[in-house]
Amino acid sequence: MRRLREYGFITGFLAIPVILYVVFVISPYVQAFYLSLTDWGGVSAFPSFSGFSNYTRLFEDEVFWKAVRNHVLLLIALPLLVLSLALFFSFLLNLGGGSKGGKLRGVWGSKFYRVVFFFPQVLAVAIVGVLFQAVYRPDEGGIINGALIAIGLEPIGWLTEPSIAFWAIIGVMVWQAVGFYVVLFSAGMAAIPKDVFEAAALDGAGRFRLFFSITLPLLWDTLQVGWIYLSIAAFDGFALVQVLSVDRGGPDNSTAVLPLEIWKTAFSYSEFGYASAMGVALFFMTITFAVLALRVSRREKIEF
Amino acid sequence: MSHSAGTPRDIDRRQALRRIGLTAFMAGPGAGLLASCATGGGGTSTPTPAGSAAPISADNPFGVNASQQLEVVIFSGGYTDAYATEIHQPLYKKAFPQAAIKHVPTQRIGGQLRPRFVSGDVPDVVNNSGPESIDTSALQQAGHLADLTALYDAPSVHDPSKKVRDTLVTGVIEEGLIAGKPYILNYTLSHRGLWYNAKLFADKGYQVPTTWDAFLALCEQLKGAGITPFAYPGQVGPYYQTWNLLYTAAKIGGNQVIIDIDNLVDGAWQNPAMLQAVTAWADLQKKYGDKAYFGLNHTETQVRQLQDKVAFYPTGSWIENEMTKEIPAGKFEYAVMPIPSVTAADKMPAEAIFAGAGENFFVSEKGKNKAGGMEYLRQMLSLEGAKAFTEKTKNLTVVVGSSDGVDLPPGLKSAAKAQEVAGQNIITPARYEGWYRKLYDYSQTQTNAVMAGRITPAEFCENMQKKADETKKDSKITKQTRTA
Repeated sequence: MRRLREYGFITGFLAIPVILYVVFVISPYVQAFYLSLTDWGGVSAFPSFSGFSNYTRLFEDEVFWKAVRNHVLLLIALPLLVLSLALFFSFLLNLGGGSKGGKLRGVWGSKFYRVVFFFPQVLAVAIVGVLFQAVYRPDEGGIINGALIAIGLEPIGWLTEPSIAFWAIIGVMVWQAVGFYVVLFSAGMAAIPKDVFEAAALDGAGRFRLFFSITLPLLWDTLQVGWIYLSIAAFDGFALVQVLSVDRGGPDNSTAVLPLEIWKTAFSYSEFGYASAMGVALFFMTITFAVLALRVSRREKIEF
Repeated sequence: MSHSAGTPRDIDRRQALRRIGLTAFMAGPGAGLLASCATGGGGTSTPTPAGSAAPISADNPFGVNASQQLEVVIFSGGYTDAYATEIHQPLYKKAFPQAAIKHVPTQRIGGQLRPRFVSGDVPDVVNNSGPESIDTSALQQAGHLADLTALYDAPSVHDPSKKVRDTLVTGVIEEGLIAGKPYILNYTLSHRGLWYNAKLFADKGYQVPTTWDAFLALCEQLKGAGITPFAYPGQVGPYYQTWNLLYTAAKIGGNQVIIDIDNLVDGAWQNPAMLQAVTAWADLQKKYGDKAYFGLNHTETQVRQLQDKVAFYPTGSWIENEMTKEIPAGKFEYAVMPIPSVTAADKMPAEAIFAGAGENFFVSEKGKNKAGGMEYLRQMLSLEGAKAFTEKTKNLTVVVGSSDGVDLPPGLKSAAKAQEVAGQNIITPARYEGWYRKLYDYSQTQTNAVMAGRITPAEFCENMQKKADETKKDSKITKQTRTA
């Protein structure tokens, strides 16, 4: 009887979130799997089955592969850039100021910088997009190009040149993400006992040695979490590409990303079946990656 | 057609993801949670039979049940929805005083209506417009569209001796054909060409060119005066230039060029006229264009035109209404010029201009009040309804004579005049735009590429042909054809 009450109590708490999760997350996933095997156009009540033809179509879809290539690029560039910048900044903010009175401190004004770094994180992605429209604007009204024109240089088509457009968008993603990881790593660094640093400093370790031999190994867990977060974010990119890119994913599909392709295929071309197949492909990419990442980066935990 | 009401960009990621995943759960608000699937899961989607129909008479050609409710969904964009509530709905109420009208304004036609089409609870009349308009071919294939033949054969409201079809501008009904039947009513009439500032041209003594050489000479002059001679918005409106390329090709080789492209005829994109047109524009862009505009959107570009930084801008007659608040009084007056003749041997004369219908309306086949929907459209097509629409929105309608006696702004006047001068030489709309949306989007991407010089005009034609051939071979895409 008591057990029943206990379980009833727990179930009572869990029921609502589980139902919500099943209804709003699991069930759409299941439906996407089902729809990916049909040729549903979005408005009929009875889609007809088309077997795996949507999936075989994916293999010949140039734009799909272009988008996949972009995600691979993001997968490499985004964590690398964001994590190294964030580590660098947080090291400066927390330990980079050298020691004073036997204590390690951040650079001058680090409290102020910490707040400033976090600003972009507070802005909605759409706002960041609009902001960078102004930054990248191709004429003299653009912040960067205005400056270039003012000093007599040719303006650069940040978003209109296929060779740089995607990098321009990656730049925005990095700008927006760095602040969060600076704060995350700062917290991680704060958790490392100061005496470890001080002992190393006493032994004559410089800033570089401190960073690579102490901070980095002891931050490994946090770093790993950040890497997985960013890698999952690398499978998105919808909002920024939608707001910033020329011709939705252009020029010449150079900024195509899967979420936007899925959205175009479903809502512009009314090919919900095919879009679902893309979604399922994206689902497996993300899952595979997350599992791989967790496996590969597993490491002995250091207790202190 | 006008994207004054915003672009698909206005949708944020969360909204879109929600839609991708959860269209499902908007499907049937009344249905059980888990039982409701995106596709309705085999629930009853048969239309509820219309209430007892009234007898058919001259005043009531569709047998509308006078007391039955009518649901009208209007895209509340550039025209707002006031024309419906203040003009067309009162007209319907005048004919059927007991009828209740459920008016639903929205800016998200697709988001709001797609689940309703799946569940079977459909509105009677829909103004399918804006960034989220629903693909009408998909609707037609799912059997959601009512055949409007009966409407066009019904007596007109203002002149019962004529059929509705005889009160409309020629070619309008054909523009609404899907699989050979009229399912879509395009209500507004617009003229597309090169828009410029008539005030500036008068002040500076610039002559409106009719030949390509004169056009290039004027471009040289404009460039000397510090004005960018020509620009189109590459960021969100590359299709303005895609139209321009197609219409130029039609001028060179006749409307058949566009008809062949629509019919996916082998080699249609590689027609010499198409190549000539693309070459002419790509050269002009290279010599007189400014690449900054590849990265600007339509509003930014249009504002720059209003500042006389851009001389010619390819668009349609909605631009005047779209920019009405921005037009500097006394300094700017919109006027349209047909695309100049590229060669002396062009099949169409210099005065040939594009005139086409836009602003989709349809009646739901499975609606509760289909007859009422047809009647609503008939009232819209009355002279009274059309004239009031033109007065209110400053846009011409497809009803013949509906602009007579209406005080038109200068841009519209210029468009009406251009049509008068053109007479029968009207460039036809490219219908692959609605038929094969993917091919259309591809042509926009290719337009940007060729105008920026990343591919040659020959490569443009080649790429387009390849994509058109792919479309033709794809058995999943329902093919459409046109004869004129």
